[in-house]
Amino acid sequence: MSTLGFCDLTISYDGDCAVKSFNNLVNSGEWLCLIGPNGAGKSSVLRAAAGLVNYSGSVAIDQKEIPTTSAKWRAQNIAYVPQTPVMPDDMTVHEYVLLGRNPYIKHFASESTHDKQVINNVLTRLDLTRFAKRMVGTLSGGERQRIVIARALAQEAPVLLLDEPTAALDIGHQQQALELVDNLRREQGLTVVSAMHDLTLAGLYADRLVLMHQGVCVASGNAQSVLRSETLAEFYGVSARVHHETDGTVVVIPQRSTSN
Amino acid sequence: MSLTADDVTQRAGTRVATWFTASFALLIIAVLVGTMIGPAGPQWWRVPFELADRLPLISINSGVSAEQWNIVWQIRMPRVVLAALVGAMLSVAGASYQGVFRNPLVDPYLLGVAAGAGLGATVVFSLKRQTTQNWLIDPLPLAAFAGALVAVLATYLVGTAFGKTRSSTTLVLAGIAVTSLATAVQTFVLQRNNDVVRQVYSWILGRLSSATWADVRLILPYVVFSSTVLMMHRRLLDVMRVGDDEATALGTNIRRVRLVVVLAATLGTAAAVAVSGLIGFVGIIVPHTVRLLAGASYRRVLPLSILLGAVFLVLADIPSRVLANPAETPIGVVTAFFGAPFFLILLRTRKN
Repeated sequence: MSTLGFCDLTISYDGDCAVKSFNNLVNSGEWLCLIGPNGAGKSSVLRAAAGLVNYSGSVAIDQKEIPTTSAKWRAQNIAYVPQTPVMPDDMTVHEYVLLGRNPYIKHFASESTHDKQVINNVLTRLDLTRFAKRMVGTLSGGERQRIVIARALAQEAPVLLLDEPTAALDIGHQQQALELVDNLRREQGLTVVSAMHDLTLAGLYADRLVLMHQGVCVASGNAQSVLRSETLAEFYGVSARVHHETDGTVVVIPQRSTSN
Repeated sequence: MSLTADDVTQRAGTRVATWFTASFALLIIAVLVGTMIGPAGPQWWRVPFELADRLPLISINSGVSAEQWNIVWQIRMPRVVLAALVGAMLSVAGASYQGVFRNPLVDPYLLGVAAGAGLGATVVFSLKRQTTQNWLIDPLPLAAFAGALVAVLATYLVGTAFGKTRSSTTLVLAGIAVTSLATAVQTFVLQRNNDVVRQVYSWILGRLSSATWADVRLILPYVVFSSTVLMMHRRLLDVMRVGDDEATALGTNIRRVRLVVVLAATLGTAAAVAVSGLIGFVGIIVPHTVRLLAGASYRRVLPLSILLGAVFLVLADIPSRVLANPAETPIGVVTAFFGAPFFLILLRTRKN
């Protein structure tokens, strides 16, 4: 139930500018997808919002700027799912999801009954209760992805950041994971920002696409307007056919540049 | 198969309770056995009766003479208690170090504690113990303690000054550098004072033989303070297990947690080293045994490491006093003798 605003966000690593004056307002309940070639700055934007890199400019929740000092406040409002989460093999699923309550627990306190209640609800909702005492290391890729999303949900944050949520999944599990996020977004009014490489999937799920190139936002809008073969050729250097279905779906099909 | 999350936590709770009860019982048994066995003193089976006799409201005639009781209470008991404190401290410090550095193979001596304490002790030995022997306060533990703290402080300053990233690798590398430096200085000092090599050597191997109640009083506050601080961080150490980035994204100030945990663990370790020398392997074996038995969550690893660390060192001290009777086998030799094979087995099971 919250908007996420980026104002003049600039990120540099050792003097190299990774993101230049990124401005955007993600509406409450909207799914924004960042696309762009490797190194375009998609992950950097997400990492800045999660408080993992230094930046200038501001990131705001409901127009309220996030102070860079309050990691707890940030974590109560923004849940971040990295591209390859660190998942300790010898941690139970229950313990892992419980970590999502960290922003609500005082430094030296332990979980309250309310925290445990939240975990039980999340596990039930994602149909993970039967996994609760399994070790994380014994789970399949698709199950792991659900566990990570469960941990993010346990944060009860209105904004969910997903960095390449489908990178390690097969086509069926990609769809499952994205459907899950989409359902949760609709049920709970989550604001979702994801970085994705699969342009067809990005167009399928996101309300709005933002195309980034060399740290700058070069196009923004719905799938039909952003996913054009000229645009893709210009910024990805790819030769692709873009097929517009009658129902509004946009399909990106890579092409061999020469026919031999 | 309808198992709710509540059932799961409840079951896990019962299992944990079992482990705690078992460890506590083991500790009592270890302490009893530790006070019963020794070269001089009363017959071993009389000791429990005498101890029970000392409890309020109980009167048993154990047939232990006052002189024999003195051996039990003034010689064996402080040694057992000191072993328990040192074992508990090294284990909980080792477990905490493994947590903040996310590396299962680090021990509490990682950041230069051992080398710093060794250097401090070497300096005191070289200043001719005869002159310091009659000082009001024995400078040996103080010098070892100070050396350990200075070494870790140097490691921390160097490690954080050059490492701009959040990575803990720089800190570990700085620890290696400081350790080498301190060892080099120690070797240099030893070269110039050949006569104390033997004393320094036996100090480095660790000893509990000269334990008195004064030693116990000396380290008790440090052990209590630093294990309390570490125990307060047990939940945060679990959060740290998902790595620096995700722990930060979950709202943890990882730099502060790492600093406080390292300082607390170092303080306790330095105190333990100051009275007992360098007892190796305890800080690795015990936490890993606990992980294999009761799971890897620090909520269980830390408290169980305290209990089982105490048990382990009290038990390891028994062969060290009877094996080469009447001489002492250094306790560091005993722990390493059991520790090295254990370590290999651990590596093997990890690989599978």
